[in-house]
Amino acid sequence: MSSKAATPSVFDPAILGPALRDALVKLDPRQLMRNPVIFVTEIVALLVTALWAQEMLTGIGAPAFSGQIAAWLWFTVLFANFAEAVAEGRGKAQAESLKRGRTDLFAKKLLFPERDGERASEVIPATALKVGDVVLVEAGDIIPGDGEVIAGIASVNESAITGESAPVIRESGGDRSAVTGGTQVISDWLKVRITTRPGESFVDRMIALIEGAKRQKTPNEIALSILLSGLTLVFLIAVVTLYGLALYSGTDLSVAVLAALLVTLIPTTIGGLLSAIGIAGMDRLIGFNVVATSGRAVEAAGDVDTLLLDKTGTITFGNRMASEFVPVEGVSEQELAQAVLLASLADETAEGRSIVALAKSDYGLAEPAAGSGRPIAFSAQTRISGIDIDGREIRKGAVDAVLRFVGIDKREAPAEFNAAVDEIARSGGTPLAVAEGRWLLGVIHLKDIVKPGIKERFAALRAMGIKTVMVTGDNPVTAAAIASEAGVDDFLAEATPEQKLDYIRREQQGGRLIAMCGDGTNDAPALAQADVGVAMQSGTQAAREAGNMVDLDSSPTKLIEIVEIGKQILMTRGSLTTFSIANDVAKYFAIIPALFVSTYPQLGALNIMGLASPQSAILSAVIFNALIIVALIPLALKGVKYRPVGAAALLRRNLLVYGLGGIIAPFIGIKVVDLAVNAIGLI
Amino acid sequence: MTWQGWLQIGLVLLAVAVVAKPLGLYMARVFAGEGTFLSPVLRPIERGFYRLAGVDPKAEQGWLGYTFGVLTFSFVGVLLLYALLRLQGILPLNPQGFEGVPPDLAFNTAASFVTNTNWQSYGGETTMSHFSQMAGLTVQNFVSAATGIAIAVAVSRAFVRSGAEAIGNFWVDLTRATLYVLLPAAIVVALLFVALGLPQTLAASAGATTLEGASQTIAMGPMASQEAIKQLGTNGGGFMNVNAAHPFENPNAFSNYLGIFSMLVISSGVFYAFGQIVGSRRQAWALLAAVGILLVVGTGAIYWAETFGNPIHLAAGVDPALGNMEGKEVRFGQAMTALYAAVTTGLSNGGVNAMHSSLTPLGGLVPLFLMQLGEVLPGGVGSGLYGMVVFAILAVFVAGLMVGRTPELLGKKIEAREMKLAMLAILILPLAILGFSAAAAVIPAGLAGLANAGPHGLSEILYAYTSAAANNGSAFAGLSANSPWYNTTLGLAMLAGRFAYIVPVLAIAGSLVKKQKVPASAGTFPTDGPLFVGLLIGIILIMGGLQFFPALALGPILEHVLMLAGQTF
Repeated sequence: MSSKAATPSVFDPAILGPALRDALVKLDPRQLMRNPVIFVTEIVALLVTALWAQEMLTGIGAPAFSGQIAAWLWFTVLFANFAEAVAEGRGKAQAESLKRGRTDLFAKKLLFPERDGERASEVIPATALKVGDVVLVEAGDIIPGDGEVIAGIASVNESAITGESAPVIRESGGDRSAVTGGTQVISDWLKVRITTRPGESFVDRMIALIEGAKRQKTPNEIALSILLSGLTLVFLIAVVTLYGLALYSGTDLSVAVLAALLVTLIPTTIGGLLSAIGIAGMDRLIGFNVVATSGRAVEAAGDVDTLLLDKTGTITFGNRMASEFVPVEGVSEQELAQAVLLASLADETAEGRSIVALAKSDYGLAEPAAGSGRPIAFSAQTRISGIDIDGREIRKGAVDAVLRFVGIDKREAPAEFNAAVDEIARSGGTPLAVAEGRWLLGVIHLKDIVKPGIKERFAALRAMGIKTVMVTGDNPVTAAAIASEAGVDDFLAEATPEQKLDYIRREQQGGRLIAMCGDGTNDAPALAQADVGVAMQSGTQAAREAGNMVDLDSSPTKLIEIVEIGKQILMTRGSLTTFSIANDVAKYFAIIPALFVSTYPQLGALNIMGLASPQSAILSAVIFNALIIVALIPLALKGVKYRPVGAAALLRRNLLVYGLGGIIAPFIGIKVVDLAVNAIGLI
Repeated sequence: MTWQGWLQIGLVLLAVAVVAKPLGLYMARVFAGEGTFLSPVLRPIERGFYRLAGVDPKAEQGWLGYTFGVLTFSFVGVLLLYALLRLQGILPLNPQGFEGVPPDLAFNTAASFVTNTNWQSYGGETTMSHFSQMAGLTVQNFVSAATGIAIAVAVSRAFVRSGAEAIGNFWVDLTRATLYVLLPAAIVVALLFVALGLPQTLAASAGATTLEGASQTIAMGPMASQEAIKQLGTNGGGFMNVNAAHPFENPNAFSNYLGIFSMLVISSGVFYAFGQIVGSRRQAWALLAAVGILLVVGTGAIYWAETFGNPIHLAAGVDPALGNMEGKEVRFGQAMTALYAAVTTGLSNGGVNAMHSSLTPLGGLVPLFLMQLGEVLPGGVGSGLYGMVVFAILAVFVAGLMVGRTPELLGKKIEAREMKLAMLAILILPLAILGFSAAAAVIPAGLAGLANAGPHGLSEILYAYTSAAANNGSAFAGLSANSPWYNTTLGLAMLAGRFAYIVPVLAIAGSLVKKQKVPASAGTFPTDGPLFVGLLIGIILIMGGLQFFPALALGPILEHVLMLAGQTF
């Protein structure tokens, strides 16, 4: 799995600079409103700053203390903004290069698009193009917008989006008719019908997505925001009412300490990192060269129950290949291999080449010098091919055709020959008979070779709880054989587009979420119906429009990575939420005794961390609360590691690390900060 | 602590666990409208009710219709009870000749009994006529409990139905809960209580001359029947002012066992019925396991704190073997007092067999904290179950995210709408408890009711509002709550704690019932194993308890550390 868009390191200086500036810009309350927890923190910071100013002016109170509290509350907000800015910054560089390619494009709009051969055109800005316009793109031109090739064939450099420098062929009709705006025609010409409005093209969407400008909260993110807002309200109630309860207990709490208590209790850690987690997840996806049209689709990928995969090209290499040679009695495997090697030397088909490769690799045969012998080419009438060499007539081909060449009936053939033929057919393979003159030599087993490692990937998917379904046009016997070899859970044989659609609908009615990938126009309905539809960049425009993700590498097994990224985003959010809430226990033990120890020295018993003074305890809790956001930025950007070990084991591990760890870590952290605060003499 | 004490605790809880299963299965049949052994007798009566009320038992309601039914029924209940209490003086069955109940107390009492709280700002034997007790309070003891069960059943249905609107018919569920569950159980338990020596009479109080020659009035009345539904319906409102500490309400060890057992059994049965209805009995056991663990830990904490005793008393030469016996009944002992206190507060019953105000500071903290956890251990009949469902929703949400999947509970996806409603429900308790407590702690009207100064006084306030908002009803004693301020604010806290919680819960049911059930896969996190039990306990402690820590620190915790320093209040 290649990862062409190199993921920048977490704290790349080129990103940090602008991120620091952005963190300040994001202080604008209108922007912060989107994040209730941090918004509340900013309001509280303002309040404490005002209090500090008042104390400075009147000289009443402890301005040095409230000033420090105010400063750290601002840092808390800034750190949260910074996390988001860093996450956004990582995608911006890529967006910039895409934007440069998009500006100042001109289009040759055809005046008479319906006339073949008529090339009369006017040059207009690409931004003035309308859906349905037909443009001419010639060698050296940049394609002005997304569209469908209606005439011509050309090689196109799509490296601007895919990062792949080898040009690809685009032609009218078939599955290679879609072109993307911003890519360059290298040779020949194309007539392209524009299919998207300016500003809504693939590249535009990609830029918007990378920049996070159009980022909408995903459903799970919204639900989590509600939980966090609810918790914020709960602690707001707890802190505001504490003022009254404290008055009863003979303590008049200052706004600064109440503010400190509030901000440390509300889930600022997850609140501050929430959007960074989502942006970083999308960024990781782009790192895998997959572009999603929405974050919602990525999250849905994490929930996928069933994965529909095309057999050809995904599970198998797509061509039948020789896997073994089965000789008849009296012929050694070596002799058979020698014969088929000679017979296939001139055979340029994929099957022929695979026979040569097998003979060379498994039987150690050397390729004889070319030119000797007379090759017999395959013809539709004879359905056999071979070679006449040194007086030998070696032939290979379909079993009945070779038997006819030999001049015998199937019943007259040796028993082990017939047995081998039947066995190969039953296992889903294709038998090729081999003969020399009047003698049968044996059978070549041609089969769909399952890609190495694919079985392990499906096992991993099964461990994630995802069922894999292989879709193939093969007959059920062949399909079953390949399905069992590849280790898929189910298969759909002799599949038509309607059957695919039906299968998806049936699974969805059972409440399952379906992912599939496809490239052809006939895949479009199924891609649209699936909850996660991954279209191949090499596919048709219809397929790309129907899916909600596009894989720039056109590698169907990438769905597995997509699923993992979807799960990672959720896991990171959940783990940091748990961590954030678990932290509150230690903060109580730091702040509550500090608030009341002057009135009731006996409450010092709760100061189990042995913090130096009430003021340093409160300040340390606030500082820890701010610093932990920065400390967790790398984790938020990288994501909590997903392991396909089953939900229960995963939960146990994450609860242990982030739940128990979340309770313990701040006890240590606050103590360390307290030691530092007193060593520096901040209090 | 003694092994005999723990053995008693274990046996009572075991008896509940044994009976909860058949009772739950029976309830599941009742609410599915299937026949039971009582159907031949009760079915005609049930039909008669429907005909009288003009209810079509086949017509089911969506969540709005159901909620409207609950609210209307309860609102009318408050009005009727209020009128009845105000007019007590001219109504029959008033042998003691009590006058009408004053407006603020009547409002407080009406709110209290309709919300299944049964907070009593009055002394029953000196305020309420037999008619008020029987036609007013006892009726609400039945129907407020039945309302809770009905809502729990409606919520259960939301998990089994897919793509539906209707969650049941409130009037049918209400009738069945009363007729098939509460009434038969109450008859059996009342007879047992009579056998154990509780009075059951319509006679007025009896006069007696004591050995010293003084004359004494001994209050009597239909106590056994009151006591039965008080426990079964997790009401807790006693006939007597001192509730189940009174020798007539709770004469001996056996009546005490039966009392604790009856408190727990129907609420636990509803949990089991939930498991049966949603098709996962393991789920019911998992929820009950979380309940059981927290209850046993709570009981153990009280038991430990009380047998440890008060160091000031010990220093003064009190026999340390007994522990702290202030406010406790010798006939129950430490273990059964600790279990009663934990169960009655974990459960939203609110009856007491000891004075919670007299517990040691830490011993008193436990009942307070158990109520603040949201009354889900196992909570009031029905209300405990739906409260637990809210916590389970929060638990699966966090857990679901942590395993990388959109969270789901029993195959229903938990999304933004459910979270919004669950958080709304969660907010009620801190808002009502801390809001009113903070106000009462600073205004003269609030401070006027206190019997003790310092942190103990704060505990009294905190306990009162916690008890009211959590619909528990137990009193810490010490607080004189029969004043316009307390009657009004506690009444409001009770109404908020009940109805502001019910509406979002039924809305959750309405939202879940529409959703498709998602089949479980290896990626789904199982909600019926020990891991979930542990997580659920954590969520209950964090979401239910964390926000009360500052308040508790200034109340019982401060009192404890001051006690250790030799200071009392």
